[in-house]
Amino acid sequence: MTDKGNNGVDEMQVDVYTHEQRKKGSIPEGFNADYLKLYYAKLFPHVEIFKWMSYGNDGKHPARDTSYFGRREFSFTLDNDVYLRFQSFNSAAELENSIKEKCPFKIDIGPVYSVDPAKRHAYAQAGDNVFKPVERELVFDIDMSDYDDVRYCCSGADVCLSCWPLMTIAIKVIDFTLREDFGFNHILWVYSGRRGVHCWVCDGRARRLNNEQRAAIADYFRVYKGNENSHRKVSLAGPAMHPFISRSYADVLKLFFEEKLLCGQELLSTEERFQMILDMIPDESISGQLQERWKASWRPSMSKEDINIVRWGQLKHILQSGKQKAPVLRRCVEEIVFTYTYPRLDMEVTKHMNHLLKAPFCVHPKTGRVCVPIDPEHCEDFDPTSVPSLAELLEELNMAGSSNADSGWEGTSLAKSVSFFKSSFLQPLLKSCKVEMESKYNDAKIQEMKNSMSW
Amino acid sequence: METVSAQKRKTTASEPSPSLPLYRSAPELEVSLDDFELYAIDRLRVLKAMSDGLSRGKKPDEIGALVTELWKEHMQHPNPSDVMNKDIISHFVLRLVYCRTEDLRKWFLSMETTLFRHRFRLESLEVQRMLMSEFKLPFKALSNSEFEAVKEKLGQVARSINQPLPTVDSTIFKVPFEEVPELVAGRRVYMLKGDAYVAMNQVASLVVTQFRSHLSKALVLTNRKWTSMIQEQEKDRLTPIVEALSSSYLGPDYSQPKEYAEISIKDIDRVANSSFPLCMRHLFDKLREEHHLKHGGRMQLGLFLKGVGLKLDDALAFWRVEFSKKVGTEKFDKEYSYNIRHNYGKEGKRTDYTPYSCQRIITSTPGVGDHHGCPYRHFSEENLRAALSKMGVSSRTADDVMDKVRHRHYQLACTLTFEAIHSCSCDAGINHPNQYFTESQKILQQRSQAAE
Repeated sequence: MTDKGNNGVDEMQVDVYTHEQRKKGSIPEGFNADYLKLYYAKLFPHVEIFKWMSYGNDGKHPARDTSYFGRREFSFTLDNDVYLRFQSFNSAAELENSIKEKCPFKIDIGPVYSVDPAKRHAYAQAGDNVFKPVERELVFDIDMSDYDDVRYCCSGADVCLSCWPLMTIAIKVIDFTLREDFGFNHILWVYSGRRGVHCWVCDGRARRLNNEQRAAIADYFRVYKGNENSHRKVSLAGPAMHPFISRSYADVLKLFFEEKLLCGQELLSTEERFQMILDMIPDESISGQLQERWKASWRPSMSKEDINIVRWGQLKHILQSGKQKAPVLRRCVEEIVFTYTYPRLDMEVTKHMNHLLKAPFCVHPKTGRVCVPIDPEHCEDFDPTSVPSLAELLEELNMAGSSNADSGWEGTSLAKSVSFFKSSFLQPLLKSCKVEMESKYNDAKIQEMKNSMSW
Repeated sequence: METVSAQKRKTTASEPSPSLPLYRSAPELEVSLDDFELYAIDRLRVLKAMSDGLSRGKKPDEIGALVTELWKEHMQHPNPSDVMNKDIISHFVLRLVYCRTEDLRKWFLSMETTLFRHRFRLESLEVQRMLMSEFKLPFKALSNSEFEAVKEKLGQVARSINQPLPTVDSTIFKVPFEEVPELVAGRRVYMLKGDAYVAMNQVASLVVTQFRSHLSKALVLTNRKWTSMIQEQEKDRLTPIVEALSSSYLGPDYSQPKEYAEISIKDIDRVANSSFPLCMRHLFDKLREEHHLKHGGRMQLGLFLKGVGLKLDDALAFWRVEFSKKVGTEKFDKEYSYNIRHNYGKEGKRTDYTPYSCQRIITSTPGVGDHHGCPYRHFSEENLRAALSKMGVSSRTADDVMDKVRHRHYQLACTLTFEAIHSCSCDAGINHPNQYFTESQKILQQRSQAAE
């Protein structure tokens, strides 16, 4: 089951080309099928995507699985809203030709199935449900529109530089935890083209997780428990925090809350806003006391210090002073920080093997921006408003002229993204695939030897 | 008296184990047809009561106590040597009963796993180790030096879940996290580089995972055997018993609207107001208000409406009218209609999905922007009171409802609401939103007939 509708709601209302720095070139901003055709013809890294999705099975290794790539589901959303599911391809050329010919507005990647997904009906007739997903990257989808109650700069599908730190936080917390706690190494972060980020965990071990194990990982990350009809959205009960929670707080959340979001979002500047935070304090005498004080000091004080910082200091002081014995109160500061910063995952996407996720390097049809990889080590430098757009890229192609007709992205602003993808993600991944394949091969050989000796 | 041997398969040599069997192979036991059925009914009583407890939101330790009590009540046998047999036979009979559809298997798997988990916890440490080795779990305990290296973190985890601090003498296993999903999900273990550090008192999770996956596979196999042979071979003997067992105790699943077979779009507002339970009324109101519901809400309400008798075409029209106000008709047809057709079994796997039961709704986990779930469980007190008063529930009744909520008797809270609104009693209690609807319609129809 895929859920196409889950995050689609807001797409219509918001407009698109809020793109400030229009280049003066000949290619007008925007998105259309002709641009896209050119993009797929000249710029889209077909070969790299194929290499990635093959996980070394395209090579010559005797232990390779030649049917591997052909059992992967791709799905295309076409110009005229036709939605083609269960596409499969047997080679890099087939994939590339199909993309060029169909010119999909969106390419989604699904799981590797037990049999070729394009022929699933034939297998279904044989009875026994043999058609089922057997491998899939562990994926995460984080969407800015899920943070609407804690950001004041924009809402819905819009993002700007003052709310983007929320995504940076998500990347930092999740990336580090996947590596440190779960031991994963091959993790790809991708800008979703508009208002969020996707994460692909590609280690063999991650690809082979069953749904229950995926759900367990999703739940490990789950802190945010509130829904639309309850007040307290985060509850960190218990006498201590799990090491993962306390580490995330100390290393990332606290810092970003105090240095970016508190002032960036002006979380305590108006009555409406500070009331939301005061509502999270379970002791009414304390919240009342702060409320009075803050209402009274309505006008900005003499001090040059930012009002948000001043008030946050007061709140922390009163809640964390030695007088407060109740652990609920001492924990309350952390709960507030978690509510305003902690990553909010679309859990369903992570939990199920057969959820589709948009392929990297697609172009978002609404913004015209390319879904480029994000370097988690430098994710604070990522700026969603300066991601290369289709029009810019085509302009750059024009500038480069026909002199290097074949080189594609080289010389365009996509070059940096593709080469990051290749050198930081793909190469190490394929190297480890080779090692894994080697050891699988050797194990099989040893087994074979044992068998042949045992007559 | 006629006797049958439950199922013919080879028994393994290492059969006898502690008082907790692993049910790895069907027993070669003679059992009378009467016992065949009686044992199964007794076990089913245990499983049903557990299932009810879970849907009331009982916590693991409360479920544990419940299991102990239920087991004592139903699973004893006058002849001590037959206690184990009763356990094993009843389990295998219910496998036959519950192997036949995906939903039945899911329910049985989940209940048997819960049962096993709690019974495992009651065993002595020695027996637990024995059972662990039965499953061939190859995990080695941490050495002293390994323990020292992570001691502090282990302590932090233990404190975070109110467990005693581990000492050098505690046995801690280092296992791949994949083996203990439920401990990972609850952040009940320390995690480092893909390994979970599992304390001896958490080992149940390891064994339970094995138990579960073993049983899950076995159920699929049993189903295959059932449809290919047993059903036909036993059509005069076991088959009627097995079929009666599953239908008489699971209750209707409301996948096919029966009594009030059709509701048309024009009636929807009226019946929503008179006969929808709060969870559905809330979704319905939100949909009318915001012209949109997130996935969880669409599923919960959509399947309910299907059960109520809204035909596919009407359902599409109904959702389209609302959604198009927000996202436009075109986008609706493109992105949402698939979902609705899917629910009606017209797309994808083509399964005819069944409406959600109270248990499923209560245990769901609505997040930001979600309106599904059980209001009695997921609303704050303030919001719940407001919703109740909007339904016309007096504040005194609301106090009673809140009292049930505080004790986590969500279905009883819903039953009270039902009784207040219809001013008559509902002895069966509410355990399915579609049952709420049906009961309500029944009463209203009787009244309108009486008035005529």
